[in-house]
Amino acid sequence: MTAPLTAFGKVACLVILLALLALPVIGSDYLIDIGTEMLIFALFALSLNLIIGYSGNVSFGHAAYFAIGGYVNAILLTTYGWPLLPAFVTGVLAATLTAAVVAYFCTRLTDIYFAMLTLAFSMLVWAIAFKWRSVTHGDDGFVGVTVPALLDDRMRFYYFTVIIVVASIAVLWVITHSAFGRSLVAVRENLGRAGFIGIHTRRMRWQAFVVAGFFAGVAGALFGMLIKGMYVESAFWTQSAQVLIMTLLGGIYSFFGPIIGAAVLFMLERLTNEYTEYWPTVLGVILLVILLFLPDGLVGLGKRLTAKAKGKDKTEGAT
Amino acid sequence: MIDLIRDLSPGLATLLTNPQFAFIQLMNSISQGMNLFIIAAGLSLIFGVLKVINFAHGVFYMFGAYVMYSVSQEFGAPFWLGALAAAGALGLIALLIERTLFRQIYEAEHLMQLLLTFAIVLIMGDVAKIIWGTDQYSVSYPASMSGATDLGVTFYPTYRLMLCLIGPVILILLYWFAERTRWGRMTRAATQDREMLAALGVNVPVIYTSVFVIGSMLAGFGGALASPFSSPVPGMDATLIVDCFVIVIVGGLGSLWGSFVGALLYGLVFNFGSVIFPNAQDIFAFMLLLIVLLIRPWGLFGKPEAGGH
Amino acid sequence: MTVLLEIKNLWKDFGGFVATRDVSFDLEEGERHAIIGPNGAGKTTFFNLITGHMAPSKGTVKFRGRDITGMPPHKVVKLGLARSFQRINIFPRMTLFENVQVALMSREGQSTNMFKLCFDLHVEETYELLETVHLREAAHETAGELAYGKQKQLELAIALAEKPDVLLLDEPTAGMSPSETNEAIRLIDRITKERGLTLLFTEHDMGVVFGISDRISVLHHGEIIARGLPDEVRNDPDVRRIYLGEAADDAA
Repeated sequence: MTAPLTAFGKVACLVILLALLALPVIGSDYLIDIGTEMLIFALFALSLNLIIGYSGNVSFGHAAYFAIGGYVNAILLTTYGWPLLPAFVTGVLAATLTAAVVAYFCTRLTDIYFAMLTLAFSMLVWAIAFKWRSVTHGDDGFVGVTVPALLDDRMRFYYFTVIIVVASIAVLWVITHSAFGRSLVAVRENLGRAGFIGIHTRRMRWQAFVVAGFFAGVAGALFGMLIKGMYVESAFWTQSAQVLIMTLLGGIYSFFGPIIGAAVLFMLERLTNEYTEYWPTVLGVILLVILLFLPDGLVGLGKRLTAKAKGKDKTEGAT
Repeated sequence: MIDLIRDLSPGLATLLTNPQFAFIQLMNSISQGMNLFIIAAGLSLIFGVLKVINFAHGVFYMFGAYVMYSVSQEFGAPFWLGALAAAGALGLIALLIERTLFRQIYEAEHLMQLLLTFAIVLIMGDVAKIIWGTDQYSVSYPASMSGATDLGVTFYPTYRLMLCLIGPVILILLYWFAERTRWGRMTRAATQDREMLAALGVNVPVIYTSVFVIGSMLAGFGGALASPFSSPVPGMDATLIVDCFVIVIVGGLGSLWGSFVGALLYGLVFNFGSVIFPNAQDIFAFMLLLIVLLIRPWGLFGKPEAGGH
Repeated sequence: MTVLLEIKNLWKDFGGFVATRDVSFDLEEGERHAIIGPNGAGKTTFFNLITGHMAPSKGTVKFRGRDITGMPPHKVVKLGLARSFQRINIFPRMTLFENVQVALMSREGQSTNMFKLCFDLHVEETYELLETVHLREAAHETAGELAYGKQKQLELAIALAEKPDVLLLDEPTAGMSPSETNEAIRLIDRITKERGLTLLFTEHDMGVVFGISDRISVLHHGEIIARGLPDEVRNDPDVRRIYLGEAADDAA
């Protein structure tokens, strides 16, 4: 998961990038909306995987940083009439700073205790969004976000999202393939041993959490502008669980896995909702299938299939 | 002085000047705490032995409330029969889930186990919608407990008084089971070293099944007891499970006494918090959690995790 | 001779059970020192106290005159004390190359650098270290899939990557077949000589101990009961009674 891109990978990235740029030309309004939202969730899932796949801790409260980015940006734009750039940056910084504080405490713990503490902090964020009615409008939702005129257009907002998300993914790719990224995998693989080759493991895990909070904040800020509103559900633990499932579905042991997971889950949700209201059941069944049969996600499955086709017997590998 | 307090928080002023009001708040804290204890004790028991954080515990609680509604309101059975039916039904469901799904992943990472329980939440939430729809139901109090009892200081609802008593009874029963029975000794041994226990010829899977079933029955029973004042409705599980997490983490995961003390603390913080600063009670509960975690990350009665930093 | 590691009156008890009892000990620069003792004598605990994996109840550990008592492992290793572990302790889902490379990146203080791509970092030195432990060919295999003996060799390469002055090896041949043991000993012997390393190791195989150590200390019930040159220890009546009898059983 920290190896350089293969030739195939490079071509695939280029093709997807071109497809993203061409989508508005060939697609309907509906497709553009779906594309925008999918990109946002891809970034959200990818940011979470920095904590899960790379540092080896399960955050059950990642929605908190998404919600903080979204709320702060939306409130500054709408209530205080700030211009886009400062509002957006402040929103992302608020998410990052919160993540920095939370991570300071969470990284004292590992495993299930880490997961529970992240959950607790995120529920505190949820409770504040829920109760601080004068600012967030509580469970009525913060509706009618003022989107700057420049972006108040479906296609322009789509391209804005493409630029931000693709740039974010590129930065995340560099981070995960940096000296830090590879060392972080070592921390995940063997915390004790990593400490004894001189790696300050707690600081590494803290750093990963903060970066993840930053990009979750970016995704949240985009999301609030896309749907022109923020709702307390965005901070609730079920939202954290949903993005966790996206990450897991794609595969946590691969850089691009979470993006694929987010895209697939998102489309499945849209499709399912056309036919039935029981999307949770479908999601539950998908989750069961992953847990019982696809522990390394879709990317892992893909690798096993290609390996089989090539007649290799290796099932493990890294992107 | 009291005027200053009244300006800052009218609720606090009332608490200080009106002992009856304060007493009722105290009783509310205890009765809510005891109801939550019954549910949280099940969650903590399951974690203590199986090391699984069961997100589905909340949905089990919701099913308990729904079963209570069906048995006591639709079939007209007595209240207590409804409560027993709720516990029994959840015991059966838990048995089924443990045998078919959980057993597959006891050796997997904690994340996998946690997500498996989340899959159960999603599916059972829909199943509840299919069976009971999306209406909010009401469950009536048992006939003998619909009134209020004179406690000297003030009258207090008899049903809630009963909750205050049933909590300690469950605590003593669980304690007795854990400390005085063979089953209890086995489960405690299983929390420490399951391989060793298996090597000694103990049927560990049976212990796991029994713990999961009993823990889930407590959730169903607690849901049935809550149903008269917390009407069965879709989504009631999602906030309840978070309350239970707060309690068991504050008390210390896996500790029976911890969930008892945690539940009481939760009741106190929630009820007094909402009197003193209305509309902020949830925030207080999470603040309690954070303060405990910052001082004792493994909870009041928990033990530090092995090998942690 | 300079004293590299100076341990004074070290105690460690675990709720009443004393694992290390008033141990004082000097390790001199350039020597190869073995700690022996029956199972449960407290050898691994002793190592853990030195390298910061456990904090002692009492006593001090000094390295090059600097007090390192209770210092966390990641700081101890930066001072030049590297160790291997009794149980396999590697990064199983990473390649051998990556296993060694992360140690080199850590040594150079690059672990927290998020914007320096890792592909070209320390490539030559990584291959050299793998070559040293005869694992050059397997560089891009997954570490967790290697044979046991090779994983032990990889551990050695990871420890060497820190460019330590002192190498602490906790039972370097534990679980190895006789031929693997011989090869491992030759390797350790060669590396410590070539690099001028000071070596402190625990071992249960007496052939290994007497083969490569300059001095030996005997640990029994958490206490050092004898120390000296191999021949002195061999002829110590206490050691003969307590330890070598058991070792003879082991060999049988």
